[in-house]
Amino acid sequence: MSHLTDLPVWAAILVCGLTLLGAAITLIGSVGLLRFTSFYERLHAPTLATSGGVILICAASIICFAVLQSRWVFHEILIIVFVLVTTPVTLMLLGQAALYRDRVKEKRGVPLKQRPPREEPTE
Amino acid sequence: MMELSIIWSILIAQIMLGLAMAFAFFRMVRGPRAQDRILGLDTLYINAMLMLLTFGIRTANTLYFESALIVALIGFVSSIAFGKFLMRGEIIE
Amino acid sequence: MRTWFPYPLLSIALLLIWLLLNQSVAPGTFVMGTILATGLGWVTLKLSPVRSHPRRILLTLRFGFAVALDIIRSNLAVIAVILRGRRRPPSSGFLTVDLDIDDENALALLACILTATPGTAWLEYDRRRKSLLFHVLDMENERVWIDTVKRYEAALKEIFG
Repeated sequence: MSHLTDLPVWAAILVCGLTLLGAAITLIGSVGLLRFTSFYERLHAPTLATSGGVILICAASIICFAVLQSRWVFHEILIIVFVLVTTPVTLMLLGQAALYRDRVKEKRGVPLKQRPPREEPTE
Repeated sequence: MMELSIIWSILIAQIMLGLAMAFAFFRMVRGPRAQDRILGLDTLYINAMLMLLTFGIRTANTLYFESALIVALIGFVSSIAFGKFLMRGEIIE
Repeated sequence: MRTWFPYPLLSIALLLIWLLLNQSVAPGTFVMGTILATGLGWVTLKLSPVRSHPRRILLTLRFGFAVALDIIRSNLAVIAVILRGRRRPPSSGFLTVDLDIDDENALALLACILTATPGTAWLEYDRRRKSLLFHVLDMENERVWIDTVKRYEAALKEIFG
Protein backbone atom coordinates (compact mmCIF):
# COMPACT_ATOMS: atom_id res chain seq x y z
CA MET A 1 0.00 0.00 0.00
CA SER A 2 2.73 2.40 -0.83
CA HIS A 3 0.93 4.23 -3.60
CA LEU A 4 -1.40 6.05 -1.21
CA THR A 5 1.60 7.80 0.27
CA ASP A 6 2.22 9.35 -3.13
CA LEU A 7 -0.82 11.50 -2.58
CA PRO A 8 -0.11 15.08 -1.60
CA VAL A 9 -1.38 16.03 1.84
CA TRP A 10 -4.40 18.04 0.69
CA ALA A 11 -5.59 15.21 -1.55
CA ALA A 12 -5.08 12.63 1.18
CA ILE A 13 -7.10 14.66 3.67
CA LEU A 14 -9.88 15.18 1.09
CA VAL A 15 -9.99 11.51 0.14
CA CYS A 16 -10.06 10.34 3.76
CA GLY A 17 -12.66 12.89 4.81
CA LEU A 18 -14.99 12.22 1.89
CA THR A 19 -14.72 8.45 2.27
CA LEU A 20 -15.39 8.54 6.01
CA LEU A 21 -18.30 10.95 5.62
CA GLY A 22 -19.86 8.92 2.82
CA ALA A 23 -19.49 5.67 4.75
CA ALA A 24 -20.99 7.29 7.86
CA ILE A 25 -24.03 8.54 5.91
CA THR A 26 -24.49 5.10 4.36
CA LEU A 27 -24.27 3.50 7.78
CA ILE A 28 -26.87 5.89 9.19
CA GLY A 29 -29.16 5.08 6.28
CA SER A 30 -28.86 1.36 7.01
CA VAL A 31 -29.48 1.99 10.71
CA GLY A 32 -32.66 3.74 9.66
CA LEU A 33 -33.60 0.73 7.54
CA LEU A 34 -33.17 -1.40 10.66
CA ARG A 35 -34.89 0.90 13.09
CA PHE A 36 -37.99 2.28 11.44
CA THR A 37 -41.16 0.46 12.28
CA SER A 38 -43.27 0.62 9.12
CA PHE A 39 -42.43 -0.14 5.53
CA TYR A 40 -43.25 3.33 4.28
CA GLU A 41 -40.80 4.83 6.76
CA ARG A 42 -38.14 2.35 5.72
CA LEU A 43 -38.63 3.44 2.13
CA HIS A 44 -36.82 6.68 3.00
CA ALA A 45 -33.71 5.07 4.45
CA PRO A 46 -31.86 3.87 1.29
CA THR A 47 -32.07 7.31 -0.33
CA LEU A 48 -29.52 8.47 2.24
CA ALA A 49 -27.03 5.93 0.91
CA THR A 50 -27.78 6.74 -2.71
CA SER A 51 -27.81 10.50 -2.55
CA GLY A 52 -25.21 11.15 0.14
CA GLY A 53 -22.99 8.08 0.29
CA VAL A 54 -22.58 7.39 -3.41
CA ILE A 55 -21.76 10.98 -4.31
CA LEU A 56 -19.23 11.44 -1.52
CA ILE A 57 -17.41 8.14 -2.01
CA CYS A 58 -17.34 8.57 -5.80
CA ALA A 59 -15.93 12.07 -5.29
CA ALA A 60 -13.19 10.58 -3.09
CA SER A 61 -12.44 8.00 -5.77
CA ILE A 62 -12.34 10.67 -8.48
CA ILE A 63 -9.89 12.80 -6.50
CA CYS A 64 -7.73 9.81 -5.61
CA PHE A 65 -7.32 8.53 -9.16
CA ALA A 66 -7.10 11.96 -10.74
CA VAL A 67 -4.21 12.94 -8.48
CA LEU A 68 -2.46 9.57 -8.46
CA GLN A 69 -2.49 8.94 -12.20
CA SER A 70 -2.71 12.64 -13.12
CA ARG A 71 -5.42 11.72 -15.60
CA TRP A 72 -8.53 13.81 -15.31
CA VAL A 73 -11.05 11.23 -16.45
CA PHE A 74 -14.08 11.11 -14.26
CA HIS A 75 -15.63 7.78 -15.04
CA GLU A 76 -17.05 7.55 -11.51
CA ILE A 77 -19.57 10.13 -12.72
CA LEU A 78 -21.19 7.25 -14.60
CA ILE A 79 -21.89 5.47 -11.31
CA ILE A 80 -23.27 8.64 -9.71
CA VAL A 81 -25.61 9.36 -12.62
CA PHE A 82 -26.68 5.75 -12.94
CA VAL A 83 -27.46 5.30 -9.25
CA LEU A 84 -29.21 8.66 -8.99
CA VAL A 85 -31.42 7.81 -11.94
CA THR A 86 -32.23 4.20 -11.11
CA THR A 87 -32.79 4.15 -7.35
CA PRO A 88 -35.87 6.40 -7.44
CA VAL A 89 -37.36 4.06 -10.03
CA THR A 90 -36.81 1.05 -7.78
CA LEU A 91 -38.17 2.80 -4.70
CA MET A 92 -41.23 4.08 -6.56
CA LEU A 93 -41.99 0.62 -7.84
CA LEU A 94 -41.57 -0.89 -4.37
CA GLY A 95 -43.78 1.81 -2.87
CA GLN A 96 -46.49 1.13 -5.43
CA ALA A 97 -46.22 -2.61 -4.86
CA ALA A 98 -46.50 -2.14 -1.09
CA LEU A 99 -49.52 0.12 -1.51
CA TYR A 100 -51.17 -2.38 -3.85
CA ARG A 101 -50.57 -5.29 -1.51
CA ASP A 102 -51.72 -3.39 1.55
CA ARG A 103 -54.92 -2.46 -0.24
CA VAL A 104 -55.51 -6.06 -1.24
CA LYS A 105 -55.03 -7.12 2.38
CA GLU A 106 -57.17 -4.20 3.54
CA LYS A 107 -54.68 -3.07 6.11
CA ARG A 108 -55.58 -0.13 8.27
CA GLY A 109 -53.79 3.19 7.97
CA VAL A 110 -53.32 2.94 4.23
CA PRO A 111 -54.99 5.50 1.97
CA LEU A 112 -57.68 3.92 -0.14
CA LYS A 113 -57.85 4.09 -3.86
CA GLN A 114 -59.76 7.16 -4.91
CA ARG A 115 -62.97 6.56 -6.74
CA PRO A 116 -62.98 7.81 -10.30
CA PRO A 117 -65.02 11.00 -10.55
CA ARG A 118 -67.47 9.56 -13.08
CA GLU A 119 -68.04 6.54 -15.22
CA GLU A 120 -65.32 6.29 -17.80
CA PRO A 121 -64.15 3.46 -19.99
CA THR A 122 -61.25 1.62 -18.45
CA GLU A 123 -57.88 2.22 -20.02
CA MET B 1 2.19 9.17 10.10
CA MET B 2 0.35 10.28 6.97
CA GLU B 3 0.36 6.79 5.53
CA LEU B 4 -1.00 5.33 8.74
CA SER B 5 -3.84 7.80 8.98
CA ILE B 6 -4.90 7.15 5.36
CA ILE B 7 -4.90 3.41 5.86
CA TRP B 8 -6.79 3.67 9.11
CA SER B 9 -9.45 6.03 7.84
CA ILE B 10 -10.15 3.86 4.82
CA LEU B 11 -10.26 0.80 7.06
CA ILE B 12 -12.75 2.53 9.37
CA ALA B 13 -14.86 3.49 6.37
CA GLN B 14 -14.84 -0.12 5.22
CA ILE B 15 -15.88 -1.33 8.67
CA MET B 16 -18.77 1.15 8.63
CA LEU B 17 -19.84 -0.04 5.17
CA GLY B 18 -19.59 -3.64 6.36
CA LEU B 19 -21.85 -2.85 9.29
CA ALA B 20 -24.28 -1.15 6.91
CA MET B 21 -24.26 -4.28 4.73
CA ALA B 22 -24.93 -6.40 7.82
CA PHE B 23 -27.92 -4.25 8.76
CA ALA B 24 -29.33 -4.42 5.25
CA PHE B 25 -28.81 -8.19 5.24
CA PHE B 26 -30.59 -8.43 8.57
CA ARG B 27 -33.55 -6.53 7.15
CA MET B 28 -33.53 -8.88 4.15
CA VAL B 29 -33.57 -12.00 6.33
CA ARG B 30 -35.96 -10.68 8.93
CA GLY B 31 -38.62 -9.32 6.62
CA PRO B 32 -41.33 -9.09 7.90
CA ARG B 33 -42.94 -8.77 4.48
CA ALA B 34 -41.72 -9.40 0.98
CA GLN B 35 -41.28 -5.73 0.09
CA ASP B 36 -39.07 -5.23 3.15
CA ARG B 37 -36.83 -8.02 1.97
CA ILE B 38 -36.47 -6.50 -1.47
CA LEU B 39 -35.72 -3.10 0.02
CA GLY B 40 -33.03 -4.76 2.13
CA LEU B 41 -31.60 -6.48 -0.94
CA ASP B 42 -31.50 -3.23 -2.88
CA THR B 43 -29.71 -1.45 -0.04
CA LEU B 44 -27.32 -4.38 0.24
CA TYR B 45 -26.42 -4.02 -3.43
CA ILE B 46 -25.73 -0.31 -3.09
CA ASN B 47 -23.63 -0.82 0.03
CA ALA B 48 -21.66 -3.58 -1.67
CA MET B 49 -21.01 -1.25 -4.60
CA LEU B 50 -19.68 1.43 -2.25
CA MET B 51 -17.53 -1.19 -0.55
CA LEU B 52 -16.00 -2.10 -3.91
CA LEU B 53 -15.25 1.57 -4.56
CA THR B 54 -13.42 1.88 -1.24
CA PHE B 55 -11.43 -1.23 -2.12
CA GLY B 56 -10.55 0.49 -5.36
CA ILE B 57 -9.28 3.55 -3.50
CA ARG B 58 -7.33 1.39 -1.09
CA THR B 59 -5.50 -0.65 -3.70
CA ALA B 60 -5.47 2.08 -6.39
CA ASN B 61 -6.85 -0.37 -8.89
CA THR B 62 -9.39 0.81 -11.45
CA LEU B 63 -10.64 -2.73 -12.04
CA TYR B 64 -12.82 -2.40 -8.94
CA PHE B 65 -14.68 0.38 -10.68
CA GLU B 66 -15.89 -1.92 -13.43
CA SER B 67 -17.18 -4.45 -10.96
CA ALA B 68 -18.91 -1.70 -8.97
CA LEU B 69 -20.70 -0.57 -12.14
CA ILE B 70 -21.78 -4.13 -12.91
CA VAL B 71 -23.04 -4.66 -9.35
CA ALA B 72 -25.07 -1.45 -9.62
CA LEU B 73 -26.56 -2.57 -12.97
CA ILE B 74 -27.48 -6.04 -11.79
CA GLY B 75 -28.88 -4.69 -8.52
CA PHE B 76 -31.16 -2.32 -10.36
CA VAL B 77 -32.45 -4.91 -12.79
CA SER B 78 -33.09 -7.52 -10.10
CA SER B 79 -34.86 -5.07 -7.79
CA ILE B 80 -37.08 -3.93 -10.64
CA ALA B 81 -37.89 -7.52 -11.53
CA PHE B 82 -38.77 -8.33 -7.92
CA GLY B 83 -40.88 -5.19 -7.61
CA LYS B 84 -42.79 -6.03 -10.76
CA PHE B 85 -43.34 -9.53 -9.45
CA LEU B 86 -44.83 -8.15 -6.24
CA MET B 87 -47.34 -6.14 -8.24
CA ARG B 88 -48.56 -9.10 -10.24
CA GLY B 89 -47.36 -12.38 -8.82
CA GLU B 90 -48.60 -14.52 -6.02
CA ILE B 91 -46.25 -14.64 -3.07
CA ILE B 92 -46.52 -17.11 -0.25
CA GLU B 93 -45.93 -15.43 3.06
CA MET C 1 -29.95 15.97 -39.53
CA ARG C 2 -33.19 14.81 -37.94
CA THR C 3 -33.20 11.62 -39.97
CA TRP C 4 -29.67 10.79 -38.88
CA PHE C 5 -30.04 11.77 -35.29
CA PRO C 6 -33.69 11.53 -34.22
CA TYR C 7 -32.75 12.17 -30.59
CA PRO C 8 -29.66 14.38 -30.58
CA LEU C 9 -29.45 14.72 -26.78
CA LEU C 10 -29.71 10.97 -26.28
CA SER C 11 -27.07 10.32 -28.93
CA ILE C 12 -24.67 12.79 -27.36
CA ALA C 13 -25.22 11.25 -23.93
CA LEU C 14 -24.59 7.75 -25.29
CA LEU C 15 -21.39 8.88 -27.00
CA LEU C 16 -20.19 10.48 -23.76
CA ILE C 17 -20.96 7.30 -21.81
CA TRP C 18 -19.05 5.23 -24.35
CA LEU C 19 -16.02 7.52 -24.17
CA LEU C 20 -16.10 7.50 -20.36
CA LEU C 21 -16.37 3.72 -20.23
CA ASN C 22 -13.42 3.31 -22.55
CA GLN C 23 -11.52 6.12 -20.87
CA SER C 24 -10.02 7.31 -24.11
CA VAL C 25 -10.69 9.75 -26.90
CA ALA C 26 -8.76 7.81 -29.53
CA PRO C 27 -10.21 8.10 -33.06
CA GLY C 28 -11.23 4.43 -33.10
CA THR C 29 -13.22 4.72 -29.89
CA PHE C 30 -14.80 7.91 -31.16
CA VAL C 31 -15.93 6.32 -34.43
CA MET C 32 -17.30 3.25 -32.65
CA GLY C 33 -19.11 5.46 -30.14
CA THR C 34 -20.66 7.56 -32.90
CA ILE C 35 -21.86 4.44 -34.74
CA LEU C 36 -23.39 3.05 -31.53
CA ALA C 37 -25.00 6.37 -30.62
CA THR C 38 -26.61 6.71 -34.06
CA GLY C 39 -27.76 3.10 -34.13
CA LEU C 40 -29.27 3.23 -30.67
CA GLY C 41 -30.98 6.50 -31.58
CA TRP C 42 -32.76 4.67 -34.39
CA VAL C 43 -33.66 1.83 -32.04
CA THR C 44 -35.19 4.38 -29.68
CA LEU C 45 -37.27 5.69 -32.57
CA LYS C 46 -39.04 2.33 -32.60
CA LEU C 47 -39.90 2.71 -28.91
CA SER C 48 -41.33 6.16 -29.71
CA PRO C 49 -40.93 7.85 -26.36
CA VAL C 50 -42.91 10.99 -25.63
CA ARG C 51 -41.11 14.02 -26.95
CA SER C 52 -40.84 17.15 -24.93
CA HIS C 53 -38.80 20.24 -25.47
CA PRO C 54 -37.06 21.56 -22.39
CA ARG C 55 -36.25 25.21 -22.84
CA ARG C 56 -34.37 27.82 -20.91
CA ILE C 57 -31.02 26.34 -20.01
CA LEU C 58 -30.36 28.96 -17.37
CA LEU C 59 -33.62 28.22 -15.60
CA THR C 60 -32.87 24.49 -15.68
CA LEU C 61 -29.48 25.09 -14.10
CA ARG C 62 -31.00 27.21 -11.37
CA PHE C 63 -33.65 24.59 -10.73
CA GLY C 64 -31.00 21.87 -10.51
CA PHE C 65 -29.07 23.94 -8.01
CA ALA C 66 -32.16 24.49 -5.87
CA VAL C 67 -32.92 20.77 -5.94
CA ALA C 68 -29.36 19.92 -4.91
CA LEU C 69 -29.62 22.30 -1.96
CA ASP C 70 -32.95 20.77 -0.96
CA ILE C 71 -31.46 17.28 -1.14
CA ILE C 72 -28.56 18.26 1.12
CA ARG C 73 -30.93 19.88 3.59
CA SER C 74 -33.29 16.92 3.73
CA ASN C 75 -30.31 14.56 4.02
CA LEU C 76 -29.37 16.34 7.24
CA ALA C 77 -32.98 16.32 8.43
CA VAL C 78 -33.36 12.58 7.86
CA ILE C 79 -30.02 11.88 9.58
CA ALA C 80 -31.33 13.83 12.58
CA VAL C 81 -34.56 11.81 12.56
CA ILE C 82 -32.70 8.50 12.48
CA LEU C 83 -30.17 9.42 15.15
CA ARG C 84 -32.89 10.77 17.41
CA GLY C 85 -34.06 7.19 17.52
CA ARG C 86 -36.77 5.77 19.67
CA ARG C 87 -37.06 8.71 22.02
CA ARG C 88 -39.21 10.57 19.54
CA PRO C 89 -40.43 8.38 16.69
CA PRO C 90 -40.98 10.20 13.38
CA SER C 91 -44.48 11.42 12.66
CA SER C 92 -44.78 10.05 9.17
CA GLY C 93 -47.85 10.19 7.04
CA PHE C 94 -49.40 10.29 3.62
CA LEU C 95 -50.17 13.46 1.73
CA THR C 96 -52.09 14.17 -1.46
CA VAL C 97 -51.42 17.08 -3.77
CA ASP C 98 -53.22 18.09 -6.93
CA LEU C 99 -50.80 18.56 -9.77
CA ASP C 100 -51.25 20.36 -13.03
CA ILE C 101 -48.53 18.92 -15.26
CA ASP C 102 -49.35 17.39 -18.61
CA ASP C 103 -45.88 16.68 -19.90
CA GLU C 104 -44.95 13.04 -19.28
CA ASN C 105 -41.24 13.70 -19.00
CA ALA C 106 -41.79 16.53 -16.53
CA LEU C 107 -43.87 14.16 -14.40
CA ALA C 108 -41.14 11.52 -14.54
CA LEU C 109 -38.55 14.10 -13.52
CA LEU C 110 -40.72 15.27 -10.63
CA ALA C 111 -41.14 11.65 -9.51
CA CYS C 112 -37.39 11.07 -9.58
CA ILE C 113 -36.65 14.27 -7.68
CA LEU C 114 -39.25 13.59 -5.00
CA THR C 115 -38.08 10.03 -4.47
CA ALA C 116 -34.39 10.84 -4.58
CA THR C 117 -34.88 13.40 -1.84
CA PRO C 118 -34.70 11.64 1.51
CA GLY C 119 -37.85 12.33 3.46
CA THR C 120 -40.33 12.19 0.61
CA ALA C 121 -41.35 9.19 -1.47
CA TRP C 122 -43.62 9.22 -4.48
CA LEU C 123 -46.27 6.53 -4.21
CA GLU C 124 -49.05 6.95 -6.71
CA TYR C 125 -50.27 9.34 -9.35
CA ASP C 126 -53.89 9.27 -10.36
CA ARG C 127 -54.02 10.36 -13.99
CA ARG C 128 -57.70 11.05 -14.09
CA ARG C 129 -57.85 13.14 -10.96
CA LYS C 130 -54.36 14.48 -11.48
CA SER C 131 -53.61 13.98 -7.83
CA LEU C 132 -50.40 12.67 -6.38
CA LEU C 133 -50.11 10.53 -3.27
CA PHE C 134 -46.78 10.68 -1.51
CA HIS C 135 -45.33 9.68 1.81
CA VAL C 136 -43.48 12.04 4.12
CA LEU C 137 -41.15 10.87 6.85
CA ASP C 138 -41.24 13.81 9.19
CA MET C 139 -44.54 15.63 9.06
CA GLU C 140 -43.81 18.52 11.36
CA ASN C 141 -46.04 20.74 9.28
CA GLU C 142 -47.46 19.40 6.09
CA ARG C 143 -47.82 22.85 4.59
CA VAL C 144 -44.06 22.99 3.97
CA TRP C 145 -44.03 19.75 1.98
CA ILE C 146 -47.02 20.70 -0.12
CA ASP C 147 -45.40 24.06 -0.81
CA THR C 148 -42.18 22.31 -1.86
CA VAL C 149 -44.02 20.12 -4.35
CA LYS C 150 -45.91 23.13 -5.67
CA ARG C 151 -42.63 24.99 -6.12
CA TYR C 152 -41.12 22.12 -8.10
CA GLU C 153 -44.28 21.90 -10.17
CA ALA C 154 -44.15 25.58 -11.07
CA ALA C 155 -40.47 25.37 -12.03
CA LEU C 156 -41.02 22.26 -14.17
CA LYS C 157 -43.98 23.82 -15.90
CA GLU C 158 -41.86 26.80 -16.77
CA ILE C 159 -39.00 24.66 -18.04
CA PHE C 160 -41.08 22.25 -20.12
CA GLY C 161 -43.79 24.78 -20.94
